[in-house]
Amino acid sequence: MSGRPEKAERRQRVAARWTAAAFGVSALAAVAFAAVYVSGGQTQAAGAALAVAFGGLAAGLTIWARRLLPTGGYVEEHPPPGPPRSSRRRSRRRRASADPDRPAPRRALLSMLGLAVGAIGAAALFPLRSLLPFGPGGPTRALRHTPWRGGARLVTADGSPVRPADVTAESILTVFPEGHVRAGDAPAFAVRLDPARFTVGPPGGHVDGLVVYSLLCTHAGCPVALYEQGDARVLCPCHQSAFDLLAAARPIAGPAARRLPGLPVIVDGAGYLRATGDFTASPGPGYWSRR
Amino acid sequence: MITRRLVRALDERLGTTPIARTATAKVFPDHWSFMLGEIALYCFTALVLTGVYLTLFFEPSTAQTTYSGSFAPLRGEPVSAAYASTVALSFDVRAGLLIRQTHHWAALLFVGAIVLHLMRIFFTGAFRKPRELNWLVGVTMLALALANGFTGYSLPDDLLSGVGLRIIYSVVQSVPLVGAELAFLAFGGEFPAAPTIPRMFITHVLLVPGALATLIALHLAMVIRQKHSQFAGPGRTEQNVVGSRFWPSYTVRTLALFAWILAVLFGLGGLVQINPVWIYGPFDPAQATSPAQPDWYVLWGDGALRLFPPIEFRVFGYLVPGPFLPGAALGGLTFLALYAWPFLEARRARDPRPHQLLGRPRDHPLRLGVGVGALTFFTLLTVTAADDIIARLLRIPVTGLLAALQVLVLTVPWLAGLVGFLVARALRANGGVGIAALTRADVRVALTRRPPAQPDAAASPHDRQTAGVEVWQQADGDWRWRYVDPRAPDLTGNRAFPSRGAAVDAARTAYPGRTIRSIRAHHDAAREASDAARTMGRRVGTVATWTALLAIGILRRRRQRR
Repeated sequence: MSGRPEKAERRQRVAARWTAAAFGVSALAAVAFAAVYVSGGQTQAAGAALAVAFGGLAAGLTIWARRLLPTGGYVEEHPPPGPPRSSRRRSRRRRASADPDRPAPRRALLSMLGLAVGAIGAAALFPLRSLLPFGPGGPTRALRHTPWRGGARLVTADGSPVRPADVTAESILTVFPEGHVRAGDAPAFAVRLDPARFTVGPPGGHVDGLVVYSLLCTHAGCPVALYEQGDARVLCPCHQSAFDLLAAARPIAGPAARRLPGLPVIVDGAGYLRATGDFTASPGPGYWSRR
Repeated sequence: MITRRLVRALDERLGTTPIARTATAKVFPDHWSFMLGEIALYCFTALVLTGVYLTLFFEPSTAQTTYSGSFAPLRGEPVSAAYASTVALSFDVRAGLLIRQTHHWAALLFVGAIVLHLMRIFFTGAFRKPRELNWLVGVTMLALALANGFTGYSLPDDLLSGVGLRIIYSVVQSVPLVGAELAFLAFGGEFPAAPTIPRMFITHVLLVPGALATLIALHLAMVIRQKHSQFAGPGRTEQNVVGSRFWPSYTVRTLALFAWILAVLFGLGGLVQINPVWIYGPFDPAQATSPAQPDWYVLWGDGALRLFPPIEFRVFGYLVPGPFLPGAALGGLTFLALYAWPFLEARRARDPRPHQLLGRPRDHPLRLGVGVGALTFFTLLTVTAADDIIARLLRIPVTGLLAALQVLVLTVPWLAGLVGFLVARALRANGGVGIAALTRADVRVALTRRPPAQPDAAASPHDRQTAGVEVWQQADGDWRWRYVDPRAPDLTGNRAFPSRGAAVDAARTAYPGRTIRSIRAHHDAAREASDAARTMGRRVGTVATWTALLAIGILRRRRQRR
């Protein structure tokens, strides 16, 4: 019998030593973190130092908790919820008789109070309207219209106007209405196709096979920026919808259900591409009031 | 010495000792799965600490500037102030990248811990009466965690998160009738609008964290008030909690867990790159990255968007946009189902009793089946979100893969759920030895009829005869009690009582109907252990002080040399 407690004691001494060592490592690593920070703050070294610092602390505390402190062996009573029986009986008795602590309810006053609080609550919602920054016609009008209008020149991302010769058959060229390069609903792309291969004519027409479509996927609005020249398809990188440019940008794969809207264009007297109006439909994802 | 004086001073003014005594004696069940919620709590703490640091450098604005920091490839590029400040805090703020990456990792682990915690609560039936309210609070916190993850992810105004934001914008727009108004209300105009980043910022740093902190307080207050549930076992009943006390063992254990989590988070934050926004580039409405995957916890939504067939139709002249069913409707239904589950299950089982003992997942085959099916469904959706990457790796066309995944998502969850249901029933039929020990007969029983529920192990008559409660008076005059079962270790009542009567009352509450007998003073192992810990603590304190003094000395000397 005498051997056992001695052994347990020795084990505790060893555990205490390990705990102290872990805390020591933790302190050293904290100093190392400070040193790394002072000498330039290299991210990996700083992160590793903090990890060791907290790891040492954690290891020490874990050994302490597991080896030096009692685990388990306790029980706490857990009485069922609710008030004890005696008070339940008392509250029932109270309700029965007139009680000076409980004056008679004034229903009319209560309902007027409810009315006043409800009205104040409803009135407090009105300033939320300020969060909606739209003019007449509501968001639907803003969603339907883009900065494209008749006469708007097509420009590239750096603002230079586009000539038909800038548009090739190899890749799509991202174009914007002049002065609105960062507008969210306006990005379009131009590409040159062989008019003889059209199975359905482009909705916005074409200039010697040059077609312009909205760049925004009709599913969730990602730019359909991947072009496959052989099949004349554009692909959306977000959800893999594909549109067939030879068939008026019909969706042929993926979750998109509507065609890409086309943009009607002409070549002006100076030889630049100009839009003759807005997209043939609202660009991008659908909304309930979309026509 | 100082601590003791402080405690006395507080007690004289606030009367804190009785509260502190009850609090420190609180018993926590010893089971690893109770740690998951704690991990979420500590991730939240880490998020607040690192997040506050980030707000000191981040500029929530889409104002256009020209990047001029130390990251050479971006120099001269027109970028937003939000993007520029994110790159600046990654490259030009010392320790900025470490804190930023730690914050991002903490967010990923935070949601992960919440989901695992939810699964534990679900499969063990811990949501049953009286804990339905806390389940509602928990599910709300999951929704808030997802919202805060997404708004935080979108703040840097980089190309990857900008595309993600655009997708969320179209999902919000697809909400019936008020979608366009709702999207404009949240984003401050047609995407991309200038007010979006400032609005997301205040949501991310104040509104949602404030709500989360309040709900965490409520969540914990309810746990303390209702006490912990526990798994069945010797000496464990519906009227008690068996485990370790909060002080000292759980205090040290939970601090250890906090430190482990900080160690892992800072290790990840320093060593494993996450969200390198300088590679993605600034947001541009006409560009997208490819491949484009969001953070893990929104992958299921993205997968659903990819998987859903191209269907748009009109209802009363209104267009139902494509993202409505897989986006807004699926998300709404998921949370509705989570909120409703405890009430649906209670109604089906016609069970108005409170439950303090947890079940094993197999104890409730229907719940297990539903849970396994739902998990399989969401896992498959998550996999779908990487369909372009999988298609490229396997060199198969993405359309074919998508068609296969559509079939799998509609069939495999049902199969998995059915298998889970049958395995649970078979395990109940063979006495729950283990999946490997299932025989064909057990499976046949599971297929044909409802197996009888296992008798409650805690209330067996054998227990009642041999096990009992002992009460004794300590040397200091207080009374203690313990539960003695010859086949299991003794369980000591968690606190001392001023009188024998109070101790007996407590024992009767915890073990109703057991024989109670008085014994002589009992050897107190716990006190000795806590004395040993105190000596240790003093020694560690001395070492820490010396180390700190040494470090200060070294730093001073360095400074002088300069």
